[in-house]
Amino acid sequence: MNAPVKFETTLKDWETDQEVRWCPGCGDYAILKAVQRTLPQLGANPANTVFISGIGCSSRFPYYMESYGFHTIHGRAPALATGVKLANPELDIWLVTGDGDGLSIGGNHMMHVLRRNVNIQIMLFNNEIYGLTKGQASPTSREGTKSPSTPLGSYDRPANPCAFALGSGARFVGRGFDVSKNLPDVLKAAHAHQGAAFIEIFQNCIVYNKDVFEDFAAPKGAEDRQLWLVPGEPMLFAKGTKGIALDTQKLALTVVDVAGDNWQDAGVLVHDATNRSLAHLLVEMPFGPFPMALGVLYDDPRPTFETAVIEERARSSAGKDANLAKLLAKGQTWTVEEKAQQSDGHPA
Amino acid sequence: MATSAATRPQDTDIPEAVVVRFAGDSGDGMQLTGGQFTLSTALAGNDLATFPDFPAEIRAPQGTLFGVSAFQINFGSREINTAGDAPDVLVAMNPAALKVNIAALKPGGLVIIDTGEFTKRNLDKAKYDVSPLDDGSLAKWDVLAFDISALTIEAVKPFGLGNKDALRSKNMWTLGLALWMFDRPRDPVHDWLRAKFKNKPDIANANIAALDAGHAYGETAELSGPIKQLHLPPVDSAPGLYRTITGAEAISLGLVAGAQLAELPMFFGGYPITPASAILHHLARLKEFGVTTFQAEDEIAAICAAIGASYAGQLGVTSSSGPGIALKTEAMGLAIMTELPLVIVNSQRGGPSTGLPTKTEQSDLYQAVYGRNGDAPMPVVSCSSPSDAFECAIEACRIAVEYMTPVMLLTDGYIANAAEPWAVPDPASYTPFPAKFLQEKNGGDTLLPYKRDAKGARPWIKPGTPDLMHRIGGIEKQVDTGHIDYAPDNHQAMTDARVSKVLGVTIPDQEVALGQPGGKLAVVGWGSTFGPIHQAVRRSRAKGLDVSHIHVRHIWPLPKNLGELLHSYDNVLVPEMNTGQFKTVLRDQYLVDAQPLTKTSGQPFAIAELETAIGRFFDGIEGNEGGEVSVNDTQLPSPELDA
Ligand code: SF4
Repeated sequence: MNAPVKFETTLKDWETDQEVRWCPGCGDYAILKAVQRTLPQLGANPANTVFISGIGCSSRFPYYMESYGFHTIHGRAPALATGVKLANPELDIWLVTGDGDGLSIGGNHMMHVLRRNVNIQIMLFNNEIYGLTKGQASPTSREGTKSPSTPLGSYDRPANPCAFALGSGARFVGRGFDVSKNLPDVLKAAHAHQGAAFIEIFQNCIVYNKDVFEDFAAPKGAEDRQLWLVPGEPMLFAKGTKGIALDTQKLALTVVDVAGDNWQDAGVLVHDATNRSLAHLLVEMPFGPFPMALGVLYDDPRPTFETAVIEERARSSAGKDANLAKLLAKGQTWTVEEKAQQSDGHPA
Repeated sequence: MATSAATRPQDTDIPEAVVVRFAGDSGDGMQLTGGQFTLSTALAGNDLATFPDFPAEIRAPQGTLFGVSAFQINFGSREINTAGDAPDVLVAMNPAALKVNIAALKPGGLVIIDTGEFTKRNLDKAKYDVSPLDDGSLAKWDVLAFDISALTIEAVKPFGLGNKDALRSKNMWTLGLALWMFDRPRDPVHDWLRAKFKNKPDIANANIAALDAGHAYGETAELSGPIKQLHLPPVDSAPGLYRTITGAEAISLGLVAGAQLAELPMFFGGYPITPASAILHHLARLKEFGVTTFQAEDEIAAICAAIGASYAGQLGVTSSSGPGIALKTEAMGLAIMTELPLVIVNSQRGGPSTGLPTKTEQSDLYQAVYGRNGDAPMPVVSCSSPSDAFECAIEACRIAVEYMTPVMLLTDGYIANAAEPWAVPDPASYTPFPAKFLQEKNGGDTLLPYKRDAKGARPWIKPGTPDLMHRIGGIEKQVDTGHIDYAPDNHQAMTDARVSKVLGVTIPDQEVALGQPGGKLAVVGWGSTFGPIHQAVRRSRAKGLDVSHIHVRHIWPLPKNLGELLHSYDNVLVPEMNTGQFKTVLRDQYLVDAQPLTKTSGQPFAIAELETAIGRFFDGIEGNEGGEVSVNDTQLPSPELDA
């Protein structure tokens, strides 16, 4: 949204001369391509685009994007991005983080960048493992994940990134996965959203947590296990034979069978991305009994942080004279006059 | 001799300086009293220095010893550098304030006591078995004890306030008395009260009535004998415009001036912490100067946001105190690695850990110079007084922008809160150092984000600039190109480049603050110890001792001539409010036998302590009084020196 003038680029224009150093087969490659494919469609200007990341496999991302890029320190990318955006709100900022970077060491900053509603896109690559440090369990690892640091299986309960984002006050929550052809659409919706847009992207770490998302991401049977949410459309999956309805007694979502085209009769909900209560139900919808909710789960903009900062600065400066000499001499002052006859005073 | 000048207000001779300490419960408004007394004193043309000393608790239980808040001011018609070793006048608003402060009062000094607070309950809280008013324990002082509480209630009666509200004006009553004692005008305080209680005229008038009543009491009391009015003539200062300033204000103004000289908007990222928050508060009100203030979620976010702003082309500034600086450490490394300008202000306080939040110390020098992972060189500048803080803030901005580097600016709790008169500088008298941004590729067809200029600085490239897209980060950079590079030779070259850039920062040669190069003893200080060292050296020299004062502003890199200068003395003494940190740096850099003089009580050095220490170097030498200081003496310089 920060590029009012559409800029003509191709996918190639967004590639750098740096050798990409992820493991062969890593899901990061697919996400990189999806982003490089999306930006030309947005008319984005490389000189106006900044990728900011923390530390981890995913955070190498900026080196491979022919735009401005800042590979910062572990967990702090949201804070740094906030400073960049406040200093120059015209820049189009994409944050790249992971489950460890964004929800463990940087969880605090993630919460605050979301609640402040800084107008940036936040891509959290969730591979449910620490890749760069060689495979320890992460805050999103499922219970029982065996890793070098949890040889008998992890026993802490995983965090739910989208629920965390919504709970932190995010006004846009989206979800996709690395090889999904729909990922660019989610990215585009996030980009169109004015404010902090949180996108959880399931990413296959082929080395340390191989295929943990296969149960819903595998192409075979995908339609039964993926619910792609489109604002204004009924929540249907399994080729329209099933849908999501609201059990009003339990205040919970439920899967209903749909006969023919009669989804309305079956009580299937129409997706309203501005309905925060519904968003809470969707982010908590467990995979297994339900399909995986993907796409735009929630999108309801509010004024952005940088707008508020600019307005406050204008209000606070209104009618004031930015004269430094006057500022220095502010308050109660007194003048020592030149003496007619210099006394033999002390040395200066 | 000035040293013979009596300083007791009740003596007939007019002293050249007086030290007054206002002490009361933290709820008694002693800091306000002190602040207003300071302003009146400054307006009367006296030189002055103050020392606010308050508890860490916001609302410490009333009447307790740890809830005592005090404000000391030293003022006079001569140059003043310190808040004074010992008060001539003590105002004690309750038993606890008396107990905590009376020992400091000079023998023969005047203590003014509010007897209205000397109830059994308050005496118990102050751990007095018998009232000190009754047991003769105050015999060596002049005691003026009367019921200020009752007199205040009486004075504000017409305004219909309850007793509790009425007693809030006690501090103004006391201030009124103090203004009378030193022949100060009341008008500025009247104006201030009217402005402060603009929307509550009754409260304003009640306070004014209390102030006037205290003033009138002085006149009456003089007639009956216990106290005399004193008029200290103005100090002989250079012509010009003056105001009072605290260190926190001076840093804020200096940063604004520095950003203007760099022709940059300023971004300030902060997080609440004592005693650094005052800088955030000041800057938050200066938005019209292109200042953005950002109260971050934590110390780390505060510095990271400032780095982000610098990256985007503003002057990033962050500020904290020791514990917060510790949290920012990793991000400082990032700013060093990405070679972005940044100013980090550290208002030092007693440590380690939470330590003494409201007390002063200089114990973060190692942290500033050495305290980062990896070889992470960073310039360090230190302020020696509130007015010096303005100059140092500008200097820190200059180095940051000219050398593309983070700079640590050291101040401390004492400087932050202390006030002194300040000759208002003319902004036009400073040389601008406008920031330059790269506009086109600097390597022919290619961009070289780490190509260095003659000073060793890399170009500043704002995102948004066409054709200059590039990536930076915390991973080691390749020489010139800035690409990731782990090669051994490259890391060696880049480490060397970072070190030599910082060591090459142009700073002025070290001057001798008092005395001359060479001789028996140099007292080498840095930071807020300037005042007491200066006066101790001045007094020692008046006694004929060959001692000089050197005060170092540039802690890193050190001035080029400093080593040679230090070696020109037989002895080097380094007083610091820590366990000897600068002493270690000097020994390391110059193989000089620097002797430490350390103090970590949370209180500034007294002149007498330093004079004693200086005296030890002159034992057995004729004319040396061994550092003994007459109790009646203030910190005045000797007239022979000035002649
Ligand atoms: S460790 Fe995993 S996440 Fe990291 S690059 Fe390799 S496959 Fe990708």
